Amino acid sequence: MNLQRLHLDKPLFYALLMLAAVSLAVVYSAGAKDEALALAHVARLLLGFGILIAIAQVRPEILERWSPYIFGAALALLLGVLTIGVIGKGAQRWLGLGLARFQPSEVMKLALPMMLAWFLGREGLPPRLWRLGAGLAIVAIPAALIAKQPDLGTAVLVLASGLIVLFLAGTPWRLIVPLLGAIGAAAPFAWHFLHDYQKQRILTLFDPDSDPLGRGYHTIQSMIAVGSGGFYGKGWLNSSQAHLEYLPESHTDFAFAVFSEEFGLIGGLLLVALYGFVVARSFWIAYLAQDSYTRLLAGAVSLGFFLAFFVNLGMVTGILPIVGVPLPIVSYGGSSTLALMAGFGVLMSIHTHRRIVEG
Amino acid sequence: MLNIPIKDYFRETKLFNARLTVAAAVAGALILLLAVRLAYLQVVAHKHYATLSQANRIRPIPIPPVRGLILDRNGVVLAQNFPVYTLEIVPEQVDDMDTLIEELGGLVTLGEADLKAFRRLLRERPRFEQLTLRTNLSEVEAARVAVRRPYLNGVELQARLQRHYPLGGLAVHALGYVGRINESEMERIDKSAYRGMRHIGKLGVEATYEKLLLGDVGFEKVEINAHGRTLRNIERVAPVAGKNLTLNIDAKLQALAEQALGKRRGAVVAIEPRSGAVLAFAATPTYDPNPFVNGIDPEAYRKLLDDPDKPLVNRILNGQYSPGSTIKAFLGLAALELGGFDADKPVTCPGWFTLPGDRHLFRDWKKTGHGVVTLHEAIVQSCDVYFYRFAAAVGIEAMKNFLAPFGFGAKTGVDLPGESEGILPSPEWKKARGQPWYPGETVMTGIGQGPILATPLQLASAISAIANGGVRMKPRLLRSIVDAKSKVAREPEPETYPELPLRDKHHLDELIEHLTGVVHTNKGTAYGIGYNAPYKIAGKTGTAQVKGVAQGESYVEKLVPERLRDHALFISFAPVEAPQIAVAVVIENGGHGSSAAAPVARKLMDYVILGKTTAPPQPAASENNE
Repeated sequence: MNLQRLHLDKPLFYALLMLAAVSLAVVYSAGAKDEALALAHVARLLLGFGILIAIAQVRPEILERWSPYIFGAALALLLGVLTIGVIGKGAQRWLGLGLARFQPSEVMKLALPMMLAWFLGREGLPPRLWRLGAGLAIVAIPAALIAKQPDLGTAVLVLASGLIVLFLAGTPWRLIVPLLGAIGAAAPFAWHFLHDYQKQRILTLFDPDSDPLGRGYHTIQSMIAVGSGGFYGKGWLNSSQAHLEYLPESHTDFAFAVFSEEFGLIGGLLLVALYGFVVARSFWIAYLAQDSYTRLLAGAVSLGFFLAFFVNLGMVTGILPIVGVPLPIVSYGGSSTLALMAGFGVLMSIHTHRRIVEG
Repeated sequence: MLNIPIKDYFRETKLFNARLTVAAAVAGALILLLAVRLAYLQVVAHKHYATLSQANRIRPIPIPPVRGLILDRNGVVLAQNFPVYTLEIVPEQVDDMDTLIEELGGLVTLGEADLKAFRRLLRERPRFEQLTLRTNLSEVEAARVAVRRPYLNGVELQARLQRHYPLGGLAVHALGYVGRINESEMERIDKSAYRGMRHIGKLGVEATYEKLLLGDVGFEKVEINAHGRTLRNIERVAPVAGKNLTLNIDAKLQALAEQALGKRRGAVVAIEPRSGAVLAFAATPTYDPNPFVNGIDPEAYRKLLDDPDKPLVNRILNGQYSPGSTIKAFLGLAALELGGFDADKPVTCPGWFTLPGDRHLFRDWKKTGHGVVTLHEAIVQSCDVYFYRFAAAVGIEAMKNFLAPFGFGAKTGVDLPGESEGILPSPEWKKARGQPWYPGETVMTGIGQGPILATPLQLASAISAIANGGVRMKPRLLRSIVDAKSKVAREPEPETYPELPLRDKHHLDELIEHLTGVVHTNKGTAYGIGYNAPYKIAGKTGTAQVKGVAQGESYVEKLVPERLRDHALFISFAPVEAPQIAVAVVIENGGHGSSAAAPVARKLMDYVILGKTTAPPQPAASENNE
């Protein structure tokens, strides 16, 4: 099969297929060998790849033209969630749409960088100050809406995906440094706006043993799973932490804990390397991109993917607070997989529609 | 897009690539951080986490404790635990579930509900666990399964303890029952204390003393493999049985009381005045609590609910009745105690009373009137006009303040859940409901009619206070708490209410003399039980109107439908010199207190004081029904 003619990037596509295979193995084991669950996951992965291939066919110019509309639609969906959203897991993140339910905040992860890349790409880079200001507003509005759901993890990722574009677009360091300082100074104030459970999650990160059966429980059990896996792991389907139900959400947010317990350090490092490869290849695509819009977008998609992966692994290994961020591609979960696949579709479109063929 | 000058394009590319490099470097560093973190957790700290993971394989399996017994004061068992056979199945050992269930269906009765519950367990529980298919197998069914069991893979016959009330409905309104823990209880209870248990006290003593009866869950610590299957037992912590409770109730007296009420609807409470001990707590009709233990079937429950006699209603705690003339026992004391009314002055009773400036006639039960009556005659003959005058003279506030220390309008504090407060009305009470107080209501309160309501328990408690020299004891069912193992009994101290605030203690003796006259003088309304009594009884009859009788109309019992006939009441204690028992009797639509209610009290007194039973009580032993 000629992947190039299908507008697919061969290395990236194969790496994603490998991630999908890992995903199946983990979901099957963590989901207590539930075949129906595994089948649903396969269906979702297939759908994801379908979306990826479909988007890869669309020329970047068309994506660019449509960016503001896609962003507008995503924003409308977010507002919809806040008003008529179905309450799932205590937070309004889901929008019931007949048969399927999905999280509009996931759409925003892609729609926001597209909007910003379009907005900033209309003029030469680095952007002028007023554009930067407007860009910040474009970032802040959806992030605030998602934080209000409340979905702290996704809000931070969306916020990050927007700030990444601003950074890549060339926001001067003399603005970035004071901004980071301001964020640091504002943190204690932001603390007051967090929900109690969100505060607890951050607190327990520093001392999980303070409340081993309560807030620290997830972190401790997750670290037990990873640590007890050792060098070689316990073998596939032998995660006792997942099967004895000590690990919560073992097939979704804590999929990596199950994987590490079963495949040990070797498996864990290989998986990290695989993710590293996907991130590196995405960066390469961004590097080869030829105009502001595609560069900014490709860079944002790459870094967004990296961040999701890093935040999840950080949470599973106990170096970041527990926020509900799934492991990209590998975790069982609908909206997030589809959104990521769409992002990779965009990357492939950017890469395969270049005017000057790479030498 | 590409209309940017070439120079700018290169500058832009350079800028972007620089930024991309920074981002890639940060990403690379963070990925390295993750790799280091993984290596730390999985190599350096591996031992630590492996130990913790191993500890996660030790699973405590709860062993439910034996629930404490409930006994009467003489050791008669009122609630016990009865071994019942349950049919359980280990799904993974079964070759073909449908065939097996079909075969079992030929040995035991399998209802649609049993199958439904089992299928749910089958979906939710691991396949190596024993899942209940049927509980409460009869001996015959258990035997049939036992014979076939060697040929049935995965079938287990288990003997488990289940709550059983051997005397059926006897004292059910005091005992209550246990039932399956429901969802709202699940949220309320400490789940760790109920591990492995499915029942909780729902009503009565079973609910009040749930914590004592429950006991402590034991544990068997077992090691399990990664899939949850038991590998070996490590340690066993034995459960601690719940405390046995001895009640003040005397089962024979209780049976006597229930039989004395017979098929009538009513309530009898007997209290030992000096301690507040509840000797009998009979409300009829009763019902069998045993079907409730494992969830009564909806049809049987509906039948109980729809029964016009309302057997599920606890008439002693929640039946709120007009006290009728029994209130005169207390207002008679008020007449002596309170200013504004001269109890030494006889009153003329023409058979009716009117308030000044009002044409409404308040009639005496005796149409022709009682003539000139003293307080003694007014109580003995239950003259209404005397108390109309008294009430009109002292007013509602004074009566309310006098009756409150007797416990009217407040819970008695008995050790049972869900007690009603009755109503001790006052103008403020009516105002709070947006209604004005009518002077006529003051007058009616004088004879225990109008808005005033009391539960049988309140009446018993109030008369006990008089029997006990003005000190009211908190009524209590619990006699002692017995440790099931050491047999050490602990008797809680009786609790008392503040002494009645009497101006002159001799008034109490005088009142008791009048109350004795009710039973022992030939004009007394309860002379029917007093003329041949070998001991002295003090009491007061009452007849509470159910149907309002219009002005100018008269009440003829035979012409009134049974459900609208008057309630019969009697409150009393004996022996007068050293009271051993105080009894309140309420018989719904029973007619007159003198003829219907008083003889019931006499039977209980004979038993307690003379050790005599007019009819040998035979508590109906109920079958452990299917």
